[in-house]
Amino acid sequence: MGMYEQLLQNLITGITVGSAYALVGLGFAIIYNASDVVNFAQGEFVMIGAMSAIFLNAAGVPYVVALGLAIVITVAVGMALEKFAIEPARNASVVSTIIITIGASILLRGAALLIWGKDIYGLKPFTGEQTIHIGPATMLPQNLWVMGCTAISVILVKYFFDHTKTGKAILACSYNKKAAYLVGINVKKMLLISYGLSACLGAIAGILIAPITFFTYNAGVMLGLKGFSAAILGGMGNPMGAVAGGLMLGLLESIGAGLISSGYKDAIAFIIILLVLFFRPSGLFGKSAWERV
Amino acid sequence: MYRAVTKGLTAVLFGIWFALITTVFTAMPANASGTIKIGSFLALTGPASFLGDPELKTLQMYVDEINQKGGVLGRKLELVYYDTSGKAKVAKDVVKRLIKKDRVDLIVGGSTSGTTLAVIDIVEREKIPFISLAGSIKIIKPVKKWVFKTPHTDRMAAAKIFEDMKKRNISKIALITGNGGFDKSGRAQCLDLAPKYGIKIVADESYNNADTDMTTQLTKIRSTDAQAILNFGFGKAPAIVTKNVRQLGIKLPLYQSHGVASKKYIELAGDAANGVRLPAAALIVAEQLPDTDPQKPVLLSYKEKYEAKYGPVSTFGGHAYDGLFIAVEAIKRAGCVDKAKVRDEIEKTKGFVGTGGVFNMSPEDHLGLGLDAFKMVEIEKGAWKLLY
Amino acid sequence: MRLLGLSIFAVVIALLPILFPENYYVTVVGVTMFFHVILAVGLNLFMGYAGQISLGHAAFFGMGAYSSAILTTKFGWNPWLAMGAGVALVWFVSYLVARPILRLKGHYLAMATLGFGIIIHIFLVQYDTLTGGPDGLSSIPELSLLGWPINTDLRWYYVSAVVMLLSILFSLNLVASRHGRALQAVHGSEIAAEMMGIDTSKVKVHIFVISAVMAAITGSLFVHEQAFISPDSCSFFFSIELVTMVVLGGMASTFGAVFGAAILTYLPEFLVVFQDFKVLIFGAILMFIMIFLPEGLFVGLRKFVVYIIQGRKECLSS
Repeated sequence: MGMYEQLLQNLITGITVGSAYALVGLGFAIIYNASDVVNFAQGEFVMIGAMSAIFLNAAGVPYVVALGLAIVITVAVGMALEKFAIEPARNASVVSTIIITIGASILLRGAALLIWGKDIYGLKPFTGEQTIHIGPATMLPQNLWVMGCTAISVILVKYFFDHTKTGKAILACSYNKKAAYLVGINVKKMLLISYGLSACLGAIAGILIAPITFFTYNAGVMLGLKGFSAAILGGMGNPMGAVAGGLMLGLLESIGAGLISSGYKDAIAFIIILLVLFFRPSGLFGKSAWERV
Repeated sequence: MYRAVTKGLTAVLFGIWFALITTVFTAMPANASGTIKIGSFLALTGPASFLGDPELKTLQMYVDEINQKGGVLGRKLELVYYDTSGKAKVAKDVVKRLIKKDRVDLIVGGSTSGTTLAVIDIVEREKIPFISLAGSIKIIKPVKKWVFKTPHTDRMAAAKIFEDMKKRNISKIALITGNGGFDKSGRAQCLDLAPKYGIKIVADESYNNADTDMTTQLTKIRSTDAQAILNFGFGKAPAIVTKNVRQLGIKLPLYQSHGVASKKYIELAGDAANGVRLPAAALIVAEQLPDTDPQKPVLLSYKEKYEAKYGPVSTFGGHAYDGLFIAVEAIKRAGCVDKAKVRDEIEKTKGFVGTGGVFNMSPEDHLGLGLDAFKMVEIEKGAWKLLY
Repeated sequence: MRLLGLSIFAVVIALLPILFPENYYVTVVGVTMFFHVILAVGLNLFMGYAGQISLGHAAFFGMGAYSSAILTTKFGWNPWLAMGAGVALVWFVSYLVARPILRLKGHYLAMATLGFGIIIHIFLVQYDTLTGGPDGLSSIPELSLLGWPINTDLRWYYVSAVVMLLSILFSLNLVASRHGRALQAVHGSEIAAEMMGIDTSKVKVHIFVISAVMAAITGSLFVHEQAFISPDSCSFFFSIELVTMVVLGGMASTFGAVFGAAILTYLPEFLVVFQDFKVLIFGAILMFIMIFLPEGLFVGLRKFVVYIIQGRKECLSS
């Protein structure tokens, strides 16, 4: 019975944490699609969202307003990143853009350190801490919020790309910038929106998990890297694939930690990166194994 | 053209680098002001930040106070400190810096056992007195000539906890520890001492100090027949463990070590902290001590001063207070800052009433505290309650 | 003539501790800089000349370091043999992962090296019975050269300076040789290189292994100099620092790598004064350089100087 109970508990943890990875991975995929950039600062969007919410709320701003403002702030940061770092360097080499986003990630962390200090912070859960029992396993209301909000966000994003003009325009840019430009799409604006959207998703992830884990100025690093892994697992460039990748990563981590060893669970994400890149670079649902020179 | 420019440029840049090194960097301030330099390395950021933060504040506050009263031996004290982020490597680098660049006279610091243990080699080699603020017993056993410490050891904490468990007829426990130096040292002490109190450890889980979720490990513990959970760690992680315990609906008694003796722990763990028991220095329950306790005046004085400026006290700040004053008293007795003489005087500290207890050091005992100075505390309604 | 610059550099380095004895910035920071130079020069061969990217180079440094540390402290091996074992291990591992990893390009290569680096790091942190965990291993025995123990800052200064100068010499010679030209051919265009008869896979694998082994040797030396090692010395962030050194100085330039390493070693020392601002400033500098001077400071400065000398007449492309 212990085995089943553990598995169930791991499932809950796995889906919760996987949802966060899914949102981060989705953000990655959107930026990668739009601008061919691997955004190492993605994790920082999560951190900024969480920290802004925590501080606004602590400063007296009403809870829900604080959450909303936090998202707005993060979106602004995302757009600023595009405007001031990515755009000026749009003809740079692969190595250069990678280092630029890494530099951005370090910069954002440094700014967070100055603004919010070095301390560790938590956020009040959305609707309290009453334990919910699911058979032999337990869960908090916040877990449900994480799963639910992620699902809604993903559905909204899919709708955005499939059915709205702007969304389709962004997709057009990702296929071929020149062609999109030629048919009248304002490519610069589309890029700006993609980064903003990506930052928004990161912020949402941050706000959702802040009540469950604690945040500090460098909490975004690992989250970013794992969201990365999710995007690769799902296939770089496939947004929905990234979501699936995130959930799978969360489950693999959780179950792996339970069955084998919790210490090495962080390694799972990176082993996945290597395995996928060695054997199936296009990921599980990727478009095609294009060699990017 | 390019060749020439390249060569020329290289020469110029090289010259600049050379000039920088020789001027800016080598302008080593001779100790013109004649201050007594106390070096410190603390975990101001990272998972152990709520240890380092009150330590720094305490040191700064009292160095200022001492200076206002005229300093020590007629000279002012100067505090030179660096942040280690709780990392052993950084600790090593900054201690090297403190010794070789800043030329400090002694060191009071090392918020964590890991960072302390990493610098013992260099402190011994460079022969500079070092008072550590960390918990592991490995720091002072085997005794090292130049290394002292002020907090109770993890071994004492384990002993105190097991004593309490025995009183509550607990005989089977689950152990959960992190991967830091203090955690591992503490775990080793627990495994060693438990049989002597008739306690069996039925589960032995571990986590990374930087982890944000321990539900997996606690789920495994939940399925054993443990009657209590002992979490030996410090900083942020035990707060998460505590929350997770509540989250998973586990109703067993939870024990912590003195690595969480700070209001910050209660703040982070929230309601889940109520009912948790831990051994701690008397500082956090100072008002609840009987008036006859020799520590009470010192504790209340520190508490008043610290809380007026910074907020609730924690035992970590207290350890820094003890370290600073043991050092200052030793310097006074030595009559100079000669490192060897100061070291000898530190070793001769007797009857020093500090926040951790009454210190009586000796060549074999570089801590000088007994088990009696350690109090058993329970958290009730978000506040510390003295048990005994 | 080619080596004039190197010779002058060597002479200055030899003189510095004499002119400024007991100086922290010369003997202590200098040694760190020398190690960084070896690492950067090695990585530059891979990134700058062969045109690849590696975000996990710290892993090889770490493997060399930990091999030395573990074999000497836990098994009592002779330090030189331990270093040899570390080199052999890294040779083996890098050769093993080279082929699958080097089939990838651009972003994918970057991510794969990143993953590799982090996995090694996690292993070093987790397997604490062997590696000492996050707090690492201390009391590592000292290194001696035929009975002459390297146990003072000054001795380490000279020993590491010599190794550094040798590695620079090695790099300069390699680049000027037939192999060096093959490397640059691969960088220029792999397809063209193949057509000229160059076995691009073999070239890439070889240079990867060479730079990995250079990192491993540096790791072993580092460990004996510090008498301490912890996983923080070989983290993802350190890999990034190394890449930054190579890029900052300007890729495909051995001295560019030296320059980059020098700056990035002394800059943090300078920034310690601004403790709280350190992280922010580092990130800002990184971004600024990469956005506006992507070819590196050295090349950027050179262009600037040429521009000034020749006025607006000449075209500014190198």
